[in-house]
Amino acid sequence: MEILYLLIPLSVVLALLIAVALWWAVRRDQFDDLDAAGARILLDDDRPQAGVRPQDHSSSKSAAR
Amino acid sequence: MKAAATFNYRVVRQFTIMTIVWGIVGMGVGVLIAAQLLWPELNFDTPWFSYGRLRPLHTNAVIFAFGGSALFATSYYCVQRTCQVRLFADRLAAFTFWGWQLVIVLAAVTLPMGYTTGKEYAELEWPIDILITLVWVAYAVVFFGTIAKRKTPHIYVANWFFGGFILAVALLHIVNSCEIPVELFKSYSCYPGVQDAMVQWWYGHNAVGFFLTAGFLGMMYYFVPKQAGRPVYSYRLSVVHFWALIFTYMWAGPHHLHYTALPDWTQSLGMVFSLILLAPSWGGMINGVMTLSGAWEKLRDDPILKFLITSLSFYGMSTFEGPMMAIKTVNALSHYTDWTVGHVHSGALGWVAMISIGSMYYLVPRMFGKTEMYSTGLINLHFWVATIGVVLYIAAMWIAGVMQGLMWRALNEDGTLTYTFVESVKATYPFYAIRLTGGAMFFCGMLIMAYNTIKTVAGQRAYDAPIPTAVAAH
Repeated sequence: MEILYLLIPLSVVLALLIAVALWWAVRRDQFDDLDAAGARILLDDDRPQAGVRPQDHSSSKSAAR
Repeated sequence: MKAAATFNYRVVRQFTIMTIVWGIVGMGVGVLIAAQLLWPELNFDTPWFSYGRLRPLHTNAVIFAFGGSALFATSYYCVQRTCQVRLFADRLAAFTFWGWQLVIVLAAVTLPMGYTTGKEYAELEWPIDILITLVWVAYAVVFFGTIAKRKTPHIYVANWFFGGFILAVALLHIVNSCEIPVELFKSYSCYPGVQDAMVQWWYGHNAVGFFLTAGFLGMMYYFVPKQAGRPVYSYRLSVVHFWALIFTYMWAGPHHLHYTALPDWTQSLGMVFSLILLAPSWGGMINGVMTLSGAWEKLRDDPILKFLITSLSFYGMSTFEGPMMAIKTVNALSHYTDWTVGHVHSGALGWVAMISIGSMYYLVPRMFGKTEMYSTGLINLHFWVATIGVVLYIAAMWIAGVMQGLMWRALNEDGTLTYTFVESVKATYPFYAIRLTGGAMFFCGMLIMAYNTIKTVAGQRAYDAPIPTAVAAH
Protein backbone atom coordinates (compact mmCIF):
# COMPACT_ATOMS: atom_id res chain seq x y z
CA MET A 1 0.00 0.00 0.00
CA GLU A 2 2.81 2.40 -0.88
CA ILE A 3 0.11 4.50 -2.54
CA LEU A 4 -0.87 5.78 0.90
CA TYR A 5 2.51 7.53 1.04
CA LEU A 6 1.24 9.60 -1.87
CA LEU A 7 -2.44 9.97 -1.03
CA ILE A 8 -2.13 10.80 2.68
CA PRO A 9 0.52 13.54 2.21
CA LEU A 10 -1.50 14.85 -0.74
CA SER A 11 -4.60 15.08 1.41
CA VAL A 12 -2.63 16.67 4.27
CA VAL A 13 -1.16 19.26 1.90
CA LEU A 14 -4.64 19.92 0.60
CA ALA A 15 -5.97 20.35 4.13
CA LEU A 16 -3.14 22.83 4.79
CA LEU A 17 -4.01 24.76 1.63
CA ILE A 18 -7.64 24.86 2.73
CA ALA A 19 -6.48 26.13 6.13
CA VAL A 20 -4.48 28.88 4.40
CA ALA A 21 -7.55 29.84 2.36
CA LEU A 22 -9.60 30.00 5.55
CA TRP A 23 -6.92 32.10 7.26
CA TRP A 24 -6.81 34.42 4.24
CA ALA A 25 -10.58 34.82 4.25
CA VAL A 26 -10.69 35.59 7.97
CA ARG A 27 -7.85 38.11 7.66
CA ARG A 28 -9.61 39.80 4.73
CA ASP A 29 -12.71 40.36 6.90
CA GLN A 30 -14.79 38.03 4.75
CA PHE A 31 -16.81 36.87 7.75
CA ASP A 32 -17.24 40.12 9.64
CA ASP A 33 -20.85 40.90 8.78
CA LEU A 34 -22.49 37.62 7.92
CA ASP A 35 -26.11 38.72 8.10
CA ALA A 36 -25.65 41.47 5.56
CA ALA A 37 -23.58 39.17 3.35
CA GLY A 38 -26.46 36.71 3.08
CA ALA A 39 -29.02 39.39 2.31
CA ARG A 40 -26.96 41.30 -0.23
CA ILE A 41 -27.54 38.91 -3.13
CA LEU A 42 -31.24 39.77 -2.94
CA LEU A 43 -30.51 43.44 -3.63
CA ASP A 44 -29.23 42.46 -7.06
CA ASP A 45 -32.30 42.58 -9.29
CA ASP A 46 -31.58 40.12 -12.07
CA ARG A 47 -35.01 40.19 -13.68
CA PRO A 48 -34.80 41.24 -17.31
CA GLN A 49 -36.79 44.51 -17.46
CA ALA A 50 -34.83 47.52 -16.35
CA GLY A 51 -36.54 50.03 -14.11
CA VAL A 52 -38.87 47.56 -12.42
CA ARG A 53 -38.51 47.40 -8.67
CA PRO A 54 -37.45 44.06 -7.29
CA GLN A 55 -40.11 42.30 -5.26
CA ASP A 56 -40.66 43.70 -1.83
CA HIS A 57 -37.24 43.27 -0.24
CA SER A 58 -38.05 45.39 2.79
CA SER A 59 -40.49 42.80 4.09
CA SER A 60 -38.25 39.83 3.35
CA LYS A 61 -35.32 41.52 5.04
CA SER A 62 -37.20 42.22 8.22
CA ALA A 63 -38.42 38.64 8.31
CA ALA A 64 -34.92 37.32 7.80
CA ARG A 65 -33.84 37.08 11.39
CA MET B 1 -17.05 49.88 -24.86
CA LYS B 2 -20.45 48.31 -25.29
CA ALA B 3 -19.34 44.77 -24.53
CA ALA B 4 -18.02 45.66 -21.11
CA ALA B 5 -21.34 47.15 -19.99
CA THR B 6 -23.18 43.83 -19.96
CA PHE B 7 -22.75 40.53 -18.19
CA ASN B 8 -21.51 37.61 -20.24
CA TYR B 9 -24.84 35.80 -20.53
CA ARG B 10 -23.85 34.17 -23.81
CA VAL B 11 -21.81 31.37 -22.27
CA VAL B 12 -24.39 30.91 -19.48
CA ARG B 13 -27.12 30.65 -22.13
CA GLN B 14 -25.17 28.08 -24.14
CA PHE B 15 -24.52 25.89 -21.12
CA THR B 16 -28.15 26.27 -19.95
CA ILE B 17 -29.54 24.97 -23.23
CA MET B 18 -27.00 22.16 -23.41
CA THR B 19 -27.85 21.11 -19.85
CA ILE B 20 -31.37 20.31 -21.03
CA VAL B 21 -30.16 18.64 -24.24
CA TRP B 22 -27.60 16.43 -22.44
CA GLY B 23 -30.11 15.69 -19.71
CA ILE B 24 -32.42 14.18 -22.31
CA VAL B 25 -29.58 12.27 -24.01
CA GLY B 26 -28.03 10.94 -20.80
CA MET B 27 -31.30 9.95 -19.17
CA GLY B 28 -32.52 8.48 -22.47
CA VAL B 29 -29.49 6.16 -22.52
CA GLY B 30 -30.24 5.33 -18.89
CA VAL B 31 -33.79 4.31 -19.80
CA LEU B 32 -32.44 2.18 -22.65
CA ILE B 33 -30.01 0.25 -20.46
CA ALA B 34 -32.64 -0.15 -17.74
CA ALA B 35 -34.82 -1.71 -20.43
CA GLN B 36 -31.92 -3.95 -21.51
CA LEU B 37 -31.90 -5.49 -18.04
CA LEU B 38 -35.47 -6.60 -18.71
CA TRP B 39 -35.11 -7.33 -22.42
CA PRO B 40 -31.46 -8.10 -23.20
CA GLU B 41 -32.22 -8.34 -26.93
CA LEU B 42 -32.41 -4.51 -26.92
CA ASN B 43 -28.66 -4.52 -27.55
CA PHE B 44 -29.66 -5.62 -31.10
CA ASP B 45 -26.77 -8.11 -31.04
CA THR B 46 -24.27 -5.35 -31.67
CA PRO B 47 -21.25 -4.58 -29.48
CA TRP B 48 -21.99 -0.85 -29.70
CA PHE B 49 -25.35 -1.13 -27.97
CA SER B 50 -24.24 -3.63 -25.35
CA TYR B 51 -24.90 -2.82 -21.71
CA GLY B 52 -21.20 -2.78 -20.79
CA ARG B 53 -20.46 0.00 -23.27
CA LEU B 54 -23.62 2.05 -22.84
CA ARG B 55 -23.52 2.10 -19.05
CA PRO B 56 -20.37 4.30 -18.91
CA LEU B 57 -21.90 6.41 -21.66
CA HIS B 58 -24.97 6.92 -19.45
CA THR B 59 -22.94 7.82 -16.35
CA ASN B 60 -20.61 10.16 -18.24
CA ALA B 61 -23.51 11.84 -20.02
CA VAL B 62 -25.57 12.50 -16.91
CA ILE B 63 -22.69 13.42 -14.59
CA PHE B 64 -20.31 15.32 -16.84
CA ALA B 65 -22.51 16.43 -19.74
CA PHE B 66 -25.79 17.21 -17.94
CA GLY B 67 -24.41 17.93 -14.45
CA GLY B 68 -21.24 19.53 -15.78
CA SER B 69 -23.09 21.90 -18.11
CA ALA B 70 -25.45 22.84 -15.28
CA LEU B 71 -22.45 23.61 -13.05
CA PHE B 72 -20.75 25.72 -15.72
CA ALA B 73 -23.98 27.65 -16.39
CA THR B 74 -24.84 28.32 -12.76
CA SER B 75 -21.30 29.06 -11.57
CA TYR B 76 -20.75 31.54 -14.41
CA TYR B 77 -24.09 33.19 -13.65
CA CYS B 78 -23.66 33.27 -9.88
CA VAL B 79 -20.08 34.55 -9.94
CA GLN B 80 -21.00 37.40 -12.30
CA ARG B 81 -24.13 38.47 -10.43
CA THR B 82 -22.62 38.25 -6.95
CA CYS B 83 -19.35 39.93 -7.96
CA GLN B 84 -21.16 42.50 -10.14
CA VAL B 85 -18.61 42.18 -12.94
CA ARG B 86 -18.51 40.64 -16.39
CA LEU B 87 -16.87 37.22 -16.64
CA PHE B 88 -13.09 37.34 -16.90
CA ALA B 89 -11.70 36.50 -20.38
CA ASP B 90 -14.64 36.03 -22.75
CA ARG B 91 -12.67 33.96 -25.24
CA LEU B 92 -11.45 31.58 -22.56
CA ALA B 93 -15.04 31.22 -21.35
CA ALA B 94 -16.11 30.40 -24.91
CA PHE B 95 -13.28 27.84 -25.04
CA THR B 96 -14.64 26.14 -21.91
CA PHE B 97 -18.01 25.79 -23.62
CA TRP B 98 -16.80 24.40 -26.94
CA GLY B 99 -14.03 22.37 -25.31
CA TRP B 100 -16.47 20.75 -22.89
CA GLN B 101 -18.93 19.96 -25.69
CA LEU B 102 -16.08 18.37 -27.65
CA VAL B 103 -15.18 16.21 -24.64
CA ILE B 104 -18.81 15.05 -24.45
CA VAL B 105 -19.04 14.25 -28.15
CA LEU B 106 -15.73 12.34 -28.02
CA ALA B 107 -17.07 10.38 -25.05
CA ALA B 108 -20.26 9.59 -26.95
CA VAL B 109 -18.18 8.24 -29.85
CA THR B 110 -15.36 6.40 -28.07
CA LEU B 111 -17.30 4.68 -25.27
CA PRO B 112 -19.71 2.74 -27.53
CA MET B 113 -16.68 1.82 -29.69
CA GLY B 114 -15.23 0.15 -26.62
CA TYR B 115 -12.38 2.52 -25.82
CA THR B 116 -12.16 2.70 -22.06
CA THR B 117 -9.60 2.88 -19.27
CA GLY B 118 -11.89 0.69 -17.18
CA LYS B 119 -11.86 3.21 -14.31
CA GLU B 120 -15.37 4.01 -13.16
CA TYR B 121 -16.40 7.65 -13.83
CA ALA B 122 -12.96 8.15 -15.44
CA GLU B 123 -13.38 5.85 -18.44
CA LEU B 124 -12.26 8.31 -21.10
CA GLU B 125 -8.94 7.54 -22.75
CA TRP B 126 -5.83 9.66 -22.42
CA PRO B 127 -6.22 12.14 -25.33
CA ILE B 128 -9.64 13.11 -23.97
CA ASP B 129 -8.21 13.30 -20.44
CA ILE B 130 -5.72 15.90 -21.68
CA LEU B 131 -8.52 17.92 -23.30
CA ILE B 132 -10.49 17.77 -20.02
CA THR B 133 -7.44 19.11 -18.17
CA LEU B 134 -7.10 22.04 -20.58
CA VAL B 135 -10.78 22.94 -20.35
CA TRP B 136 -10.72 22.67 -16.58
CA VAL B 137 -7.67 24.93 -16.21
CA ALA B 138 -9.41 27.47 -18.45
CA TYR B 139 -12.52 27.16 -16.26
CA ALA B 140 -10.46 27.86 -13.13
CA VAL B 141 -8.82 30.90 -14.78
CA VAL B 142 -12.19 32.32 -15.86
CA PHE B 143 -13.83 31.69 -12.49
CA PHE B 144 -11.06 32.90 -10.21
CA GLY B 145 -10.24 35.74 -12.60
CA THR B 146 -13.80 36.94 -12.15
CA ILE B 147 -13.53 36.65 -8.36
CA ALA B 148 -10.28 38.61 -8.48
CA LYS B 149 -11.81 41.55 -10.34
CA ARG B 150 -15.05 41.60 -8.29
CA LYS B 151 -16.60 44.94 -7.32
CA THR B 152 -18.13 43.63 -4.10
CA PRO B 153 -15.76 43.18 -1.15
CA HIS B 154 -17.41 40.00 0.12
CA ILE B 155 -17.15 36.69 -1.73
CA TYR B 156 -20.59 35.11 -1.50
CA VAL B 157 -20.61 31.61 0.01
CA ALA B 158 -21.86 29.96 -3.20
CA ASN B 159 -18.64 31.08 -4.89
CA TRP B 160 -16.60 29.32 -2.22
CA PHE B 161 -18.44 26.10 -3.00
CA PHE B 162 -17.96 26.54 -6.75
CA GLY B 163 -14.29 27.45 -6.28
CA GLY B 164 -13.64 24.47 -4.01
CA PHE B 165 -15.31 22.19 -6.53
CA ILE B 166 -13.22 23.52 -9.43
CA LEU B 167 -9.88 23.15 -7.61
CA ALA B 168 -10.64 19.74 -6.12
CA VAL B 169 -11.84 18.27 -9.42
CA ALA B 170 -8.65 19.51 -11.13
CA LEU B 171 -6.49 17.74 -8.54
CA LEU B 172 -8.58 14.54 -8.59
CA HIS B 173 -8.63 14.32 -12.36
CA ILE B 174 -4.89 14.82 -12.74
CA VAL B 175 -3.88 12.29 -10.06
CA ASN B 176 -6.38 9.61 -11.07
CA SER B 177 -5.84 9.96 -14.82
CA CYS B 178 -2.08 9.48 -14.53
CA GLU B 179 -1.63 6.83 -17.22
CA ILE B 180 0.90 5.50 -19.70
CA PRO B 181 -0.29 5.66 -23.33
CA VAL B 182 0.54 2.69 -25.52
CA GLU B 183 -1.37 3.81 -28.59
CA LEU B 184 -3.81 6.54 -29.59
CA PHE B 185 -6.77 5.14 -27.65
CA LYS B 186 -5.15 2.75 -25.22
CA SER B 187 -3.34 3.50 -22.00
CA TYR B 188 -2.52 1.76 -18.73
CA SER B 189 -2.83 3.28 -15.29
CA CYS B 190 0.38 4.38 -13.56
CA TYR B 191 -0.68 2.52 -10.43
CA PRO B 192 -0.71 -1.26 -10.02
CA GLY B 193 -3.34 -3.48 -8.42
CA VAL B 194 -4.90 -2.40 -5.16
CA GLN B 195 -2.93 0.86 -5.33
CA ASP B 196 -4.91 1.66 -8.45
CA ALA B 197 -8.15 0.74 -6.69
CA MET B 198 -7.31 3.08 -3.81
CA VAL B 199 -6.51 5.99 -6.15
CA GLN B 200 -9.61 5.21 -8.19
CA TRP B 201 -11.93 5.41 -5.17
CA TRP B 202 -10.10 8.33 -3.64
CA TYR B 203 -11.02 9.94 -6.96
CA GLY B 204 -14.45 8.31 -7.27
CA HIS B 205 -15.72 9.31 -3.87
CA ASN B 206 -14.35 12.83 -4.13
CA ALA B 207 -15.93 13.15 -7.55
CA VAL B 208 -19.18 12.56 -5.68
CA GLY B 209 -18.07 14.90 -2.90
CA PHE B 210 -16.84 17.79 -4.97
CA PHE B 211 -18.39 17.45 -8.42
CA LEU B 212 -21.82 16.17 -7.37
CA THR B 213 -22.02 17.79 -3.93
CA ALA B 214 -19.91 20.92 -3.42
CA GLY B 215 -20.68 22.28 -6.89
CA PHE B 216 -24.40 21.69 -6.55
CA LEU B 217 -24.37 23.14 -3.03
CA GLY B 218 -23.01 26.31 -4.61
CA MET B 219 -26.04 26.20 -6.89
CA MET B 220 -28.30 25.66 -3.88
CA TYR B 221 -26.85 28.57 -1.88
CA TYR B 222 -27.48 30.97 -4.76
CA PHE B 223 -30.72 29.80 -6.36
CA VAL B 224 -32.73 28.81 -3.26
CA PRO B 225 -32.43 32.28 -1.66
CA LYS B 226 -32.95 34.03 -5.01
CA GLN B 227 -36.03 32.02 -5.93
CA ALA B 228 -37.47 32.30 -2.42
CA GLY B 229 -36.67 36.03 -2.24
CA ARG B 230 -35.19 35.48 1.21
CA PRO B 231 -31.61 35.26 2.48
CA VAL B 232 -30.35 31.82 3.40
CA TYR B 233 -31.59 30.74 6.86
CA SER B 234 -28.20 31.11 8.52
CA TYR B 235 -25.33 32.56 6.55
CA ARG B 236 -23.06 31.69 9.48
CA LEU B 237 -24.03 28.03 9.16
CA SER B 238 -23.42 28.09 5.41
CA VAL B 239 -19.83 29.23 6.02
CA VAL B 240 -19.30 26.49 8.63
CA HIS B 241 -20.92 24.02 6.21
CA PHE B 242 -18.39 24.86 3.53
CA TRP B 243 -15.24 24.55 5.65
CA ALA B 244 -16.42 21.43 7.49
CA LEU B 245 -17.41 19.70 4.25
CA ILE B 246 -14.19 20.29 2.38
CA PHE B 247 -11.98 19.39 5.36
CA THR B 248 -13.64 15.98 5.81
CA TYR B 249 -14.64 14.78 2.35
CA MET B 250 -11.16 13.87 1.10
CA TRP B 251 -10.82 10.92 3.52
CA ALA B 252 -13.97 8.94 2.90
CA GLY B 253 -13.00 7.08 -0.32
CA PRO B 254 -11.93 3.72 1.19
CA HIS B 255 -15.56 2.88 2.06
CA HIS B 256 -15.89 1.83 -1.59
CA LEU B 257 -13.34 -0.92 -0.93
CA HIS B 258 -14.63 -2.61 2.24
CA TYR B 259 -13.57 -6.25 2.57
CA THR B 260 -11.06 -6.02 -0.28
CA ALA B 261 -7.24 -6.27 -0.35
CA LEU B 262 -7.11 -2.74 1.05
CA PRO B 263 -5.61 -2.74 4.60
CA ASP B 264 -8.24 -3.04 7.30
CA TRP B 265 -7.29 0.17 9.09
CA THR B 266 -7.68 2.16 5.85
CA GLN B 267 -11.19 0.76 5.46
CA SER B 268 -12.06 1.66 9.04
CA LEU B 269 -10.64 5.16 8.65
CA GLY B 270 -12.75 5.67 5.53
CA MET B 271 -15.81 4.46 7.40
CA VAL B 272 -15.24 6.84 10.32
CA PHE B 273 -14.80 9.85 8.05
CA SER B 274 -17.92 8.86 6.12
CA LEU B 275 -19.90 8.90 9.37
CA ILE B 276 -18.45 12.30 10.33
CA LEU B 277 -19.66 13.66 6.97
CA LEU B 278 -23.24 13.28 8.12
CA ALA B 279 -22.89 16.39 10.30
CA PRO B 280 -21.90 19.03 7.70
CA SER B 281 -24.24 17.46 5.14
CA TRP B 282 -27.27 17.71 7.36
CA GLY B 283 -26.27 21.17 8.57
CA GLY B 284 -26.35 22.33 4.96
CA MET B 285 -29.57 20.53 4.17
CA ILE B 286 -31.38 22.04 7.16
CA ASN B 287 -29.93 25.46 6.32
CA GLY B 288 -31.31 25.28 2.78
CA VAL B 289 -34.76 24.01 3.73
CA MET B 290 -35.13 26.43 6.66
CA THR B 291 -34.56 29.33 4.26
CA LEU B 292 -38.30 29.00 3.70
CA SER B 293 -39.00 29.16 7.44
CA GLY B 294 -41.90 31.53 7.93
CA ALA B 295 -42.70 31.53 4.23
CA TRP B 296 -43.70 27.92 3.64
CA GLU B 297 -46.75 29.06 1.64
CA LYS B 298 -44.38 29.92 -1.20
CA LEU B 299 -44.03 26.17 -1.79
CA ARG B 300 -47.72 25.92 -2.61
CA ASP B 301 -47.68 27.77 -5.89
CA ASP B 302 -44.04 28.00 -6.92
CA PRO B 303 -43.05 24.72 -8.61
CA ILE B 304 -39.46 25.96 -9.08
CA LEU B 305 -39.14 26.22 -5.30
CA LYS B 306 -40.71 22.76 -5.05
CA PHE B 307 -37.89 21.40 -7.19
CA LEU B 308 -35.24 23.18 -5.12
CA ILE B 309 -36.60 22.20 -1.71
CA THR B 310 -37.41 18.62 -2.73
CA SER B 311 -33.87 18.27 -4.01
CA LEU B 312 -32.66 19.25 -0.54
CA SER B 313 -34.78 16.57 1.08
CA PHE B 314 -33.25 13.99 -1.26
CA TYR B 315 -29.82 15.43 -0.40
CA GLY B 316 -30.63 14.86 3.27
CA MET B 317 -31.86 11.35 2.58
CA SER B 318 -28.90 10.24 0.55
CA THR B 319 -26.33 11.85 2.85
CA PHE B 320 -27.90 9.86 5.70
CA GLU B 321 -28.05 6.66 3.66
CA GLY B 322 -24.44 7.05 2.44
CA PRO B 323 -22.75 7.06 5.87
CA MET B 324 -25.00 4.15 6.94
CA MET B 325 -23.91 2.14 3.88
CA ALA B 326 -20.27 3.02 4.69
CA ILE B 327 -20.55 1.12 8.00
CA LYS B 328 -18.74 -2.14 7.36
CA THR B 329 -21.45 -4.45 8.67
CA VAL B 330 -24.15 -2.69 6.61
CA ASN B 331 -21.84 -2.64 3.62
CA ALA B 332 -21.41 -6.42 3.91
CA LEU B 333 -25.08 -6.65 2.97
CA SER B 334 -25.43 -3.72 0.57
CA HIS B 335 -22.23 -3.85 -1.48
CA TYR B 336 -22.51 -5.12 -5.08
CA THR B 337 -26.33 -5.10 -4.84
CA ASP B 338 -28.85 -2.79 -6.48
CA TRP B 339 -29.15 -0.94 -3.17
CA THR B 340 -26.02 0.95 -4.24
CA VAL B 341 -27.68 1.77 -7.55
CA GLY B 342 -30.73 3.04 -5.66
CA HIS B 343 -28.55 5.16 -3.37
CA VAL B 344 -26.72 6.70 -6.31
CA HIS B 345 -29.96 7.59 -8.04
CA SER B 346 -31.54 9.08 -4.95
CA GLY B 347 -28.54 11.41 -4.99
CA ALA B 348 -28.27 11.81 -8.76
CA LEU B 349 -31.95 12.16 -9.69
CA GLY B 350 -33.34 13.45 -6.41
CA TRP B 351 -30.58 15.87 -5.46
CA VAL B 352 -28.35 16.70 -8.44
CA ALA B 353 -30.92 16.60 -11.24
CA MET B 354 -33.69 18.32 -9.29
CA ILE B 355 -31.54 21.20 -8.02
CA SER B 356 -30.24 21.63 -11.59
CA ILE B 357 -33.72 21.53 -13.09
CA GLY B 358 -34.94 24.14 -10.61
CA SER B 359 -31.95 26.36 -11.38
CA MET B 360 -32.44 25.95 -15.13
CA TYR B 361 -36.08 27.03 -14.81
CA TYR B 362 -34.73 30.11 -13.05
CA LEU B 363 -32.12 30.79 -15.72
CA VAL B 364 -33.92 30.02 -19.02
CA PRO B 365 -36.30 33.02 -18.98
CA ARG B 366 -33.57 35.37 -17.76
CA MET B 367 -31.29 34.32 -20.59
CA PHE B 368 -33.91 35.35 -23.13
CA GLY B 369 -35.26 38.57 -21.62
CA LYS B 370 -38.38 37.09 -20.07
CA THR B 371 -39.57 37.08 -16.48
CA GLU B 372 -40.92 33.55 -16.36
CA MET B 373 -41.25 30.28 -18.19
CA TYR B 374 -43.94 29.78 -20.85
CA SER B 375 -46.05 27.57 -18.56
CA THR B 376 -45.92 27.30 -14.77
CA GLY B 377 -48.44 24.45 -14.99
CA LEU B 378 -45.97 22.42 -17.05
CA ILE B 379 -43.23 23.01 -14.47
CA ASN B 380 -45.62 21.70 -11.86
CA LEU B 381 -46.41 18.68 -14.02
CA HIS B 382 -42.68 18.10 -14.51
CA PHE B 383 -42.18 18.28 -10.76
CA TRP B 384 -44.77 15.61 -9.98
CA VAL B 385 -43.76 13.28 -12.82
CA ALA B 386 -40.11 13.54 -11.75
CA THR B 387 -40.79 13.11 -8.03
CA ILE B 388 -43.00 10.05 -8.48
CA GLY B 389 -40.40 8.67 -10.91
CA VAL B 390 -37.56 9.02 -8.39
CA VAL B 391 -39.58 7.48 -5.57
CA LEU B 392 -40.54 4.47 -7.72
CA TYR B 393 -36.93 4.10 -8.82
CA ILE B 394 -35.27 4.17 -5.42
CA ALA B 395 -37.95 2.15 -3.62
CA ALA B 396 -37.61 -0.60 -6.23
CA MET B 397 -33.84 -0.63 -5.91
CA TRP B 398 -33.92 -0.66 -2.11
CA ILE B 399 -36.13 -3.73 -2.05
CA ALA B 400 -34.17 -5.41 -4.84
CA GLY B 401 -30.85 -4.64 -3.15
CA VAL B 402 -31.74 -5.92 0.30
CA MET B 403 -33.32 -8.99 -1.27
CA GLN B 404 -30.18 -9.71 -3.31
CA GLY B 405 -27.93 -9.19 -0.29
CA LEU B 406 -29.99 -11.60 1.81
CA MET B 407 -30.22 -14.21 -0.97
CA TRP B 408 -26.47 -14.14 -1.62
CA ARG B 409 -25.56 -14.70 2.02
CA ALA B 410 -28.25 -17.30 2.79
CA LEU B 411 -26.67 -20.64 3.79
CA ASN B 412 -28.09 -24.13 4.17
CA GLU B 413 -27.39 -26.08 7.31
CA ASP B 414 -24.53 -27.92 5.65
CA GLY B 415 -22.87 -24.59 4.76
CA THR B 416 -23.73 -24.57 1.05
CA LEU B 417 -25.40 -21.57 -0.58
CA THR B 418 -29.20 -21.61 -0.53
CA TYR B 419 -29.57 -19.73 -3.80
CA THR B 420 -27.66 -19.71 -7.05
CA PHE B 421 -26.77 -16.25 -8.39
CA VAL B 422 -29.18 -16.57 -11.27
CA GLU B 423 -32.06 -17.14 -8.85
CA SER B 424 -31.39 -13.70 -7.35
CA VAL B 425 -31.36 -12.21 -10.85
CA LYS B 426 -34.70 -13.82 -11.60
CA ALA B 427 -36.17 -12.53 -8.33
CA THR B 428 -35.04 -8.99 -9.25
CA TYR B 429 -37.00 -8.91 -12.53
CA PRO B 430 -40.19 -7.22 -11.21
CA PHE B 431 -38.10 -4.55 -9.54
CA TYR B 432 -36.23 -3.88 -12.78
CA ALA B 433 -39.63 -3.24 -14.36
CA ILE B 434 -40.58 -0.77 -11.61
CA ARG B 435 -37.18 0.90 -11.92
CA LEU B 436 -37.64 1.24 -15.68
CA THR B 437 -41.05 2.85 -15.10
CA GLY B 438 -39.59 5.33 -12.60
CA GLY B 439 -36.66 6.18 -14.83
CA ALA B 440 -38.91 6.60 -17.86
CA MET B 441 -41.10 8.99 -15.89
CA PHE B 442 -38.10 11.10 -14.92
CA PHE B 443 -37.04 11.10 -18.58
CA CYS B 444 -40.54 12.20 -19.66
CA GLY B 445 -40.22 15.08 -17.21
CA MET B 446 -37.13 16.23 -19.12
CA LEU B 447 -39.14 16.15 -22.36
CA ILE B 448 -41.81 18.34 -20.73
CA MET B 449 -39.02 20.71 -19.69
CA ALA B 450 -37.64 20.80 -23.23
CA TYR B 451 -41.09 21.64 -24.65
CA ASN B 452 -41.59 24.37 -22.06
CA THR B 453 -38.14 25.77 -22.84
CA ILE B 454 -38.75 25.79 -26.59
CA LYS B 455 -42.05 27.62 -26.07
CA THR B 456 -40.34 30.11 -23.74
CA VAL B 457 -37.42 30.78 -26.04
CA ALA B 458 -39.14 30.67 -29.45
CA GLY B 459 -39.09 34.08 -31.11
CA GLN B 460 -37.12 35.60 -28.28
CA ARG B 461 -33.85 37.42 -28.71
CA ALA B 462 -30.84 36.41 -26.67
CA TYR B 463 -30.62 38.83 -23.76
CA ASP B 464 -27.50 40.17 -22.07
CA ALA B 465 -28.27 42.03 -18.87
CA PRO B 466 -26.53 45.35 -18.22
CA ILE B 467 -24.21 45.52 -15.23
CA PRO B 468 -25.79 47.74 -12.57
CA THR B 469 -23.74 50.92 -12.28
CA ALA B 470 -23.68 51.15 -8.50
CA VAL B 471 -24.03 48.30 -6.10
CA ALA B 472 -26.79 49.08 -3.66
CA ALA B 473 -25.24 49.81 -0.31
CA HIS B 474 -26.58 47.93 2.64
